[in-house]
Amino acid sequence: MADKVLMKGNEAIAEAAITAGCRFYFGYPITPQTEIAAYMAKRMPKIGGTFLQAESEIAAINMVYGVASAGKRVMTSSSSPGISLKGEGISYMAGSDLPGLIVNVQRGGPGLGGIQPSQSDYFQATRGGGHGDYHLIVLAPASVQEMADLTIKGFELADKYRMMTMILADGTMGQMMEPVSLDFDIKPEPEKPWATTGTQMKRPHNIINSLSLVPEELEQQNFRRYEKYAEIEKNEVMYEEYMMDDAQIAIAAFGIAARVSKNAVNEARSKGIKAGMIRPITLWPFPKEPFMKAAEHVKQFISVELSMGQMIEDVQLAEQCRRPVTLCKRAGGMIPSPEMVLAAIEEAAENGGAL
Amino acid sequence: MIVFERPHALIDVPLHYCPGCTHGIVHRLVAEVIDELGIEGNTIGIAPVGCSVMAYDYFNCDMIEAAHGRAPAVATGVKRADPSKFVFTYQGDGDLASIGMAETVHAAARNENISIVFINNAIYGMTGGQMAPTSLPGQVTQTSPYGRDPKLCGYPIKVCEMLSQVDGAEYLERVAVNNVRNIRNAKKAIKKAFQNQLDGKGFSLVEVLSSCPTNWGLTPQNALKWIDEKMIPYYPLGVYKDRSAEEAAK
Amino acid sequence: MSTTQFLFAGFGGQGILFSGKFTAYKGLIDGKHVSWLPSYGPEMRGGTANCSVIISDDPVGSPIVSHPDVLIAMNLPSLDRYEDAVVPGGIIFVDSSLIERKVKRTDVTVKYIPATQLASDNGLTTLANMIIMGSILKETGGYDEASIDAALAKVVSARHADLLQYNKKALSIGAEY
Repeated sequence: MADKVLMKGNEAIAEAAITAGCRFYFGYPITPQTEIAAYMAKRMPKIGGTFLQAESEIAAINMVYGVASAGKRVMTSSSSPGISLKGEGISYMAGSDLPGLIVNVQRGGPGLGGIQPSQSDYFQATRGGGHGDYHLIVLAPASVQEMADLTIKGFELADKYRMMTMILADGTMGQMMEPVSLDFDIKPEPEKPWATTGTQMKRPHNIINSLSLVPEELEQQNFRRYEKYAEIEKNEVMYEEYMMDDAQIAIAAFGIAARVSKNAVNEARSKGIKAGMIRPITLWPFPKEPFMKAAEHVKQFISVELSMGQMIEDVQLAEQCRRPVTLCKRAGGMIPSPEMVLAAIEEAAENGGAL
Repeated sequence: MIVFERPHALIDVPLHYCPGCTHGIVHRLVAEVIDELGIEGNTIGIAPVGCSVMAYDYFNCDMIEAAHGRAPAVATGVKRADPSKFVFTYQGDGDLASIGMAETVHAAARNENISIVFINNAIYGMTGGQMAPTSLPGQVTQTSPYGRDPKLCGYPIKVCEMLSQVDGAEYLERVAVNNVRNIRNAKKAIKKAFQNQLDGKGFSLVEVLSSCPTNWGLTPQNALKWIDEKMIPYYPLGVYKDRSAEEAAK
Repeated sequence: MSTTQFLFAGFGGQGILFSGKFTAYKGLIDGKHVSWLPSYGPEMRGGTANCSVIISDDPVGSPIVSHPDVLIAMNLPSLDRYEDAVVPGGIIFVDSSLIERKVKRTDVTVKYIPATQLASDNGLTTLANMIIMGSILKETGGYDEASIDAALAKVVSARHADLLQYNKKALSIGAEY
């Protein structure tokens, strides 16, 4: 592992973005993700890129809108309250079919909330977050390596589908250091003939726009966008299964909750309980299939979350309520301990007769 | 001999503006300047939210429709993505001086090398005549039915005067389009603002006092008179900042 | 399979995060799986600072250390807060020049090192953390010159290369104490 470097998750995102060819970063300081901005401020000027501290989150996302319109790879990052401010711009980017990467290193809410890790922006991320019918591709890293890998993947998916990708991380993922390999295979960026780069008097003018006052036309646009979303649901789902082959109790968890739960699953197995875990890596599209399949042998699902219970709804939808799904949660910046998750597994094993 | 023709930068479609509205005049001035500078193929225009929201259908250059008030931030992104492009925004008073005030002031503070055409008609037109940040004291609108009372809702914002205090701004001029002489001056100012960008001088804004006969409840002629009698006394015309000229004079 | 969980705790400014980073890098160089997780936010500014480090033969699950095998307490509030969390049979390193009381637990090994005093006596004022680190390496069997040098090179930036020798001196003082 000597070729690996120790990096904070936030720094890994920044470095991976640069590797992916992103030369434009706009942001506004907010804990616990400011390392991304600091990293970009240091690196971008040295590689001919642009780092700009915007006057607000709103301005930052609109600068992203501008660069995306010009057809270049671009990103912004923030934490929960700042993402709410970006909601307007995100919706406009969805309505204008613009690609870009947005990072949310979540903290406890609502309101100003706290600065400790949270997963309580799950609904906001997976249901869109701004107004209107749309989705973001939402990626949930569970290690510093994945913070980097999914950043690269995020840019590729954004360009492939002309839409925004969100990295939904949390304060722990952003702040922790782990060894990371930065040796990536970067695919060439696709052509963007739709971009507003000037007609050069050689083509009709391009328009980037989300306004459509004729409802029949706006409906068709929405239909087309959802056909694209259906393609993504078919092609881009990512998840990890851990000890699921014979599992009778299945944890559903992403990000830091999955890291904690892995300890609990190992501990349960050492006690003879057949526990396993499904870890969604794409939160949208949500990996329905492994849950449906698991429902055949799993007696109970436990959704482990740093929220009052948000992903649990997707788990129930995915396995179509064939097995009970319970919630193991902490909120407001608290993190469930492996002991707490283990206790939930043991309780499920007793009640469900899973042993 | 051709004495009058449509500028190439303006698409030959009917505009949606009300009879007597001066948006059409300002669109034409912008298009003429784009033609004269020969920059159409390299230009990206940014439309606001407001009456000119559909300007993207009228200009022949590449166009972007921005969220309400955010055009200067979008322009910042476009310009930074490729500084060799020519980038202008076209914004109304609600867009620029109310919801987009922060974006406006900070683009000026950064001396972003962009050009802004700012239409001040002292009212929200598209939504049907509500009070604007630039509505005059005493002005009756749908949301100031007893006249704008400064004690209740403050004073109008004088954008050129305010931005002239921002070190970053390069060029600020207020013009009007209510008579031939003023229209000629308006075109000169727009051309200078655009040329400044081509010369790399930075943030240039032209405030254009415009009429809104429909929402002012006046005939087109009386609306033009209202600009002379009410608006210009409150918003004096002239150059509020010309950094390059000031530096050259030193 | 073997996993060691470290919890470094003290005031901001005592080099808590640096010690953790050094430990993590040394683990990485020794071919282990590692994680490093700091406390963060406003409480870091001159208040308490702590950092979780895990060194393991296997991929690290939770990066949060709530029951350390090794606790490094650089001030009294840290010892008060974390003493009971240490696993039975674990080790507690105490900077005895800043913490007057003794550890109450009887099921753990305790090393009292007057690190701040030793640092000051040896002209290494800011390196009490590395004096304790020397003792940790000695006690946990990781005092290997080559990997220490390699880890130091990672955590001491090139423009502060002149500080390498002081760090090494601090480590050896701790190891010999």
